[in-house]
Formats: sequence, structure tokens, C-alpha cells
Amino acid sequence: MMEKSAISDPFEKARLEKGVGEMDDQNDPVTMVLGHKDVRKCAHNWKTYQSGAEPGRIVIPSEVNIRDIRQIPFEVDPPMHGEYRALVEQWFKRPLEADYQAALEKQIGALVDEVLTKDSVEVIKEFSLILQSRALTLLFNVPFSESETWISWGTHVFRSEGNALDGDKANILYNYIDNEIEKSIQNPGKDLYSVLLASEVNGRKLTKEEVKGVVVLTFSGGRDTIINAVTNSIAYFSEHPKSLDKLRKEPELINFAIEELIRYFSPLTQMGRVATEDTQVCEHAIKAGTRIGLNWVSANRDASVFENANEVVLDRKINPHVAFGFGTHNCLGATHARQILKVLIKTLIKKVNSIEILDAKENIETLGEFKRKVGFDSINVKFN
Amino acid sequence: MTKITFVTSDDNSITVEGNTGNVMELAVQNKIKGIDGNCGGVCSCATCHVHVEPKDWEKVGAPSTMEADMLEFDEKVSDYSRLSCQMKVTDAIDGVVLKVAK
Ligand code: HEM
Ligand code: FES
Repeated sequence: MMEKSAISDPFEKARLEKGVGEMDDQNDPVTMVLGHKDVRKCAHNWKTYQSGAEPGRIVIPSEVNIRDIRQIPFEVDPPMHGEYRALVEQWFKRPLEADYQAALEKQIGALVDEVLTKDSVEVIKEFSLILQSRALTLLFNVPFSESETWISWGTHVFRSEGNALDGDKANILYNYIDNEIEKSIQNPGKDLYSVLLASEVNGRKLTKEEVKGVVVLTFSGGRDTIINAVTNSIAYFSEHPKSLDKLRKEPELINFAIEELIRYFSPLTQMGRVATEDTQVCEHAIKAGTRIGLNWVSANRDASVFENANEVVLDRKINPHVAFGFGTHNCLGATHARQILKVLIKTLIKKVNSIEILDAKENIETLGEFKRKVGFDSINVKFN
Repeated sequence: MTKITFVTSDDNSITVEGNTGNVMELAVQNKIKGIDGNCGGVCSCATCHVHVEPKDWEKVGAPSTMEADMLEFDEKVSDYSRLSCQMKVTDAIDGVVLKVAK
């Protein structure tokens, strides 16, 4: 029987035979680039494959119908991309500071203590969402109590219970952000909003619209991805108690384990780009104005790069995965994400003997002919 | 002890010493500006990218295929690029000068 925590690779055949896969998305089709090298090459080539298209269009499923605001620096191409990115680069390295780590240890320690007392825990809603929201208060440098509001929004900020994109839900987030920005204008502090409001690009202050663009991205980029990584990690360790033991005995392997779990789960399936000229990928014609998808998931299972690509090799030493993207737009939140996983694993090692899966409902996404397990819709476990 | 000199993007020259581990780790321990080592040295993040002084290229040696592949599409690649997490700190590289990629 397939393990519940296992995630197979639906792209192998297409990757080997064609190098690309096709999918439709709200009548705006996507040619998915599947091989590790091709994904890197296209991610590198921002002139031909742009991010600065209509806001929402490089996201798959497309968000053009539910948002007008441009996410920054994500939907901006060089050279302006670099100007914006330089403003926030240092801020996003704060997770390396000792205080930040200590606060994260306290948060995650308390949450694990709490779930240890329960007979059954639905990991997504009662663990990962809470962990993610609380940790995000550190990245924003806002009071811990804000996390209660964020938790109340539920797991998807842009999606309702089905999978459909939900404009009303997005408005809750936008109204909240407008409000917080106004508060920081009235009362500047040391939070991310205030820092952005005081920042300058090209000799002028950032506009409110630009501040909002950065903030929206920080909320949306770090939500589903972290929840996915944390939930899948819990499922993995519940079915692989020996792995947790191994890390307990050889903590110097934790870093390798984090990279390998992120490669294996690849919480962000793909990101789109819009072609600025007629071009081709793997001899497959791409017309100007159409979309490609940089399929990180598929690249991370490319057997020409990764030995035993479909297995979790906990101490994989060379692991050039692209789960956090590649090149210009590589993930700004990666430092925060890695720190969360590090503290989570250390806390599990210290406090948890075993995790038992009671029941689980898989979350499968459909991308054209491909069906990919992303993680879970729900998963109940008992922490011991 | 192996001596390694880092030249940061603001042209500061810092010489540090070590005898174990890899060059990225040595740089991070010594808080060399511009070397973050985000992925901890698994060849995934390129935040440990350096340009080897041409005179030292022989000493340091060329990257492995995997490393060269990751560098190939890096924005800042040069003929003397290396990912410093893939360079062991050994006597063989004593005295080399590495420019932090900007
Ligand atoms: C395991 C968790 C995460 C994964 C797998 C992940 C994945 C990615 C990927 C693949 C990209 C590249 C997108 C592209 O090339 O267009 C990206 C970009 C980005 N991510 Fe993450 N991410 C994670 C967590 C976070 C967190 C926690 C935050 C912030 C709170 C965040 C913020 C960003 C931002 C701001 C960008 C855009 C950077 C730019 O355009 O220069 N991410 N992420
Ligand atoms: S530290 Fe990440 S590639 Fe060297």
C-alpha cells in the first residue's frame, strides 16, 4: 500500500518524452516547462518570459479576475525588480537573528505542548494554520494577537471551500491591509508596514499602492506554502518514526532533511510567466503573449539531477532543488520558511515520541491531463 | 590553518582562517557580507556565490557538473564562478582570494 505521506510524480512521462505539458486555466492555457534545466533556463530568461504582465496573470490559477493590485517585487521585472527587492532583502533575513529564533521556539513549543494533550488534531486547521499565522507576526513584527485575526480567515485567503477563486475572500484581506497601512501612517512603529512607508525607490517614497503590493504578497506567498510544508512534514514523520530518531541522534543532518523535505513536497507547484516574443521550449512553439509555467514540482523529480528522485533521502548532500524558485525571483520568504521547519523539527525531536495518522483526505490538483497530490484537505492525527 | 581572503561588494578585504568544513561555512561563521548560505550548502540557493581571483583558479579547481549547471543560469556568473559551499577548506586552497558575487 502507498504510504499516506507519499507524493508521486505525475509528470515523469511527459518530462522525458516532450519536456512540456499542457493545461488550460480559465481559457488562458499554460505550457508547463517540466525539466530541471529548462525550468532554470526559462526562469533566468526574464526578458523573454516576463513576470511584469497583467497583475495576477503569472499565478496559476490566474488571479486576473479577482485582483488589480500588482504584487511587489514578484510581478515586476528587472531592473525595477531589483530596486524593490533591495528595500526588503534585509528585512526578510531577520529570521536568522537569535531573538527571532527564540520567539519561534517559544511559539512552536507551546503549540506542540497543546496538541500533545488532545486525542485528535486536524493538522491543517488546528496546527499548521495556527503555527503559520503566529510565525508570520514575527516576520511582520506586529503583536502576537494579530495572528488571531489571520487564523479566523481560514486556510485560503484567495480560495473558498471549493477550489474556485473567491473575490470576496480576497477583499477581506485587502480591507484589512488598507486599515493596517492607515494605522501605521497615523502611528509609525517598527512593523513591516511602517518600514515600507518610510522606504524610497528612485528618490521618492513608496506609494500606498506599492506598500500594499508588498504586503499582499507577504501574506499570500507565505500562507498555503508554509501550511503545506508543515502539514506534509507531520504526515511524513508520523509514517517515518525512524527518520525522527535519526535526526534526534544526528542533529547535524537537520539542515539536509529540511532541504530534502522541501524538495519532495515542493509546496508551490508552479509559477507562470508571459512570453514577450514568439519562442520555443523543447522545440515546442510558445507564442508571444501566451503563458508558460515554471513547474518546480516536476523539476524537483528530474532523474537526471536527483538520484532516487521519488524517495525522501533525508541526508541528501547535493540537492539543487528549485522548490524556492530559481534566479531573479527566488523566494524572499525562504529564510523564514527554513527557520520554521528547523524549529519545528527540533521541537518534535524534543517533545514528541510518535505521531499516529487517524484518517486523511488527500488534496489532488488537476493540471490538464496531470493529477498531482499536493497534500491533504484534512488529516487527523494523534501526537504522543 | 588555511587562510582565505574574501573581498566584499563594498571592496572590504577580510582574511579568515579555518581547517574544516566548506568555504561557505567559514564565511558565514565570520559574517562575511553577501554570503548567506541559505540552503546550508546543498547547492540549491546560490547565496554563497564567489568569483575566484583568476590567479587562484588552478588551486581552487573547476566546479562539478551539478554545480556548473546551477551556475550556468545565474545572473552573476563569470568564468571564475564557484559556489563556495562546494569548496572544502583544505591546504590546497591556502591563500586564495574570493570576490563575493554582487
Ligand atoms: C515552504 C514555503 C515556501 C515555498 C515553497 C515558496 C516558494 C516560492 C517560489 C517557488 C517563488 C518563486 C516565484 C517566481 O519565480 O515567480 C517564491 C517567491 C516569493 N516568495 Fe516564497 N515560498 C515559500 C514561503 C514564503 C514565505 C513564508 C514568504 C513570505 C512571508 C514568501 C514570500 C515570497 C516572495 C515575496 C516571493 C517573490 C520574490 C521576488 O519576486 O523577488 N514565500 N516563493
Ligand atoms: S549555500 Fe546554498 S548553494 Fe551554497
